[in-house]
Amino acid sequence: MGKRIGLEASLAVSEAVKMARADAVAAYPITPQTHIVEELSQMVADGDLDADFMVVESEHTAMSACCGASAVGARTFTATGGPGLALMHEMLYIASGLRLPIVMAIVNRAYSSPISIWGDHSDVMAQRDAGWIQFFAETGQEVFDLTIQAFKIAEDKRVLLPAAVNLDGFTLSHVIEPFDMPDQEEIDAFLPAYEPQVILDPDKPVTMGAVGFPEIYTEIKKQQNEALLGAYEVILEVWEGFEKAFGRAYHPVESYRTDDAEILISIAGSTACTARVAVDNMRDQGKKVGLVRTRLWRPYPFEETRAAVKGAKAVAVMDRCLSFGGPGGPICSELRSALYPLPEKPVVNSYIVGLGGRDITLQDFYTVVEDAERVLSEGPPDEYQYKMIGVRE
Amino acid sequence: MTEQTGRAKFLPRHLPSRELFAEGHRGCQGCGEALALRQLLEVAGPDTIVCSCTGCVEIISSPYPETAWRVPWIHVAFENAAAVAAGVEAGIKILRKKGRYPADRRINVIALAGDGGTADIGFQALSGALERWHDFTYICTDNEAYMNTGIQRSSSTPYGASTTTSPAGKISIGQQTQKKDMPMIVAAHDIPYVATCCPSYPLDLIKKARRAFETIGPTYLHVFCPCPVGWRHPSDMSVEIGRLAVKAGVFPLFEIADGKLKLNRKMDKRKPVVEYLETQGRFSHLKPEDVEEIQRRVDENYQRLVHRAECDAGGIDRSRH
Repeated sequence: MGKRIGLEASLAVSEAVKMARADAVAAYPITPQTHIVEELSQMVADGDLDADFMVVESEHTAMSACCGASAVGARTFTATGGPGLALMHEMLYIASGLRLPIVMAIVNRAYSSPISIWGDHSDVMAQRDAGWIQFFAETGQEVFDLTIQAFKIAEDKRVLLPAAVNLDGFTLSHVIEPFDMPDQEEIDAFLPAYEPQVILDPDKPVTMGAVGFPEIYTEIKKQQNEALLGAYEVILEVWEGFEKAFGRAYHPVESYRTDDAEILISIAGSTACTARVAVDNMRDQGKKVGLVRTRLWRPYPFEETRAAVKGAKAVAVMDRCLSFGGPGGPICSELRSALYPLPEKPVVNSYIVGLGGRDITLQDFYTVVEDAERVLSEGPPDEYQYKMIGVRE
Repeated sequence: MTEQTGRAKFLPRHLPSRELFAEGHRGCQGCGEALALRQLLEVAGPDTIVCSCTGCVEIISSPYPETAWRVPWIHVAFENAAAVAAGVEAGIKILRKKGRYPADRRINVIALAGDGGTADIGFQALSGALERWHDFTYICTDNEAYMNTGIQRSSSTPYGASTTTSPAGKISIGQQTQKKDMPMIVAAHDIPYVATCCPSYPLDLIKKARRAFETIGPTYLHVFCPCPVGWRHPSDMSVEIGRLAVKAGVFPLFEIADGKLKLNRKMDKRKPVVEYLETQGRFSHLKPEDVEEIQRRVDENYQRLVHRAECDAGGIDRSRH
């Protein structure tokens, strides 16, 4: 059995990479991801992690080198966030197109300009369609668990796609939490060594990354999409196995006090901790409020999402990302799409919160629930699209 | 001294007859890059992994479901051949250390890029990979412009050449900047081996490629590759134009091993540059005074190389690692 310790969430990522026995890491330091790579560097320096750590000159090269290492059969990891993720953008699509099971921690950080080192989800939302499996973590324990699971899911021969674990910059990455550290043997039993399917092997030469002319490109992209859709079942299977081995249950959507709830708060990431306290407080006041948290972002859990909000009158979706000139936050847009075919569905309101590290307070949750109540009683104004919460005007 | 794996002296008869860059690729007639690749892969042999950047070579060799590669080959993007090769090399190294790769099998990891993928968009990735001392060979096949996309200028396009984005015009000579000196920039990273070569001189190219592949650590080959389409010359002139470039001192053949430069074909009497320029349509607009200016620049560069070679012959040991 493992032991219970206090551990910073960033270091939980590094521990997961070590216990997953990653072979190759390529990374470039960027706030707020630095603690992960510093810890990994120390692990390699001390001989605790037997991996080749390429401390490269950019995130673009980090992901490129990950592609190379993964293509020869190495279990491969990187970590970045914010502008670093943006610099990887082109490579992210290629990693998934080449079906390379790279695992990445994204320490969520806002995009420039103005430059901000603090957290929001603008970075990952701009990579939403890159073909990666994408998770949002709430706690350090979850960051660790998802990272271990990500290797197992990504490397499954029914999947063979890269996977990313999102953790909020600073508000999760730099937080020290109680943490159940498993034994190496437990991890080894859950996550065996990577058995690659196709690699760059001089004995069996293959061509990877060929030119796709119009007559074949669509078919290849369809295959890739089917792999990502098919990953859903594998994810559920891996989570079932994980629960059996470690006792912690994982679902694509996490619900809290939703049974008789009329208004649901929908959020992703570490802010759910605050949301839970807000829900409890509002429940104490007699309000029928609950919380649904998005854990699995891609492949999008349509059925689980529909089930999670069933019976509610309104959903207040709080996005840490603004789609400029668009219909609201990205998580809200997806939820609206998922619910659109249903004959009976809740009103879905979009709220933008916590941009560039702005604190998301208990009051913000009260505000959006009050606004949802008002919309339910009065109906939305004609131009109603989304509201930015906590703006100083 | 440069660390090398030991093998016997090279002789042409040692070359295998099997083509690892297969016939049937879609290169243009007279493609200098395709010719160079055949020669390079003959030396590299089957224990090779090639990481190509986007460009002519990638397009002509990998139209799915066809491939011209009889060695494992990966193309990821335009700007990162060196970064992908770095990952391949590091991956093999750690798998070997962990006992999941044959311990005694040396793999030639090659990053292959054109001049745009080297001197422009892939410059940073190249510099990073050299600095990190990956055990790989970076090969730049230089045809002096973005030929795949339609003859646009790169920073490797020579002064005076007309391209579609540096066109000669009423008030322009064409390319107005100096060709970026990639071999010297690479050499400034103090890597064990840097060489220039041209498929018009196959034995010289093969010797250099062999040394590059056998050297432990990062090595760099800058291969001058005439391009009939982009340079506007008859396709049966590619080899001859490569020779003229060398003989005129436009593209001197040299190598820098352990920091010491050696001119491989030191010529006391070079051909006039005009003999090289007049073979190609891209220079056809040049006036006599332009040719004079190019001759002056070529002379200056060549003299600098001669001087450096003489200094290095005196011997300063700059070997490292």
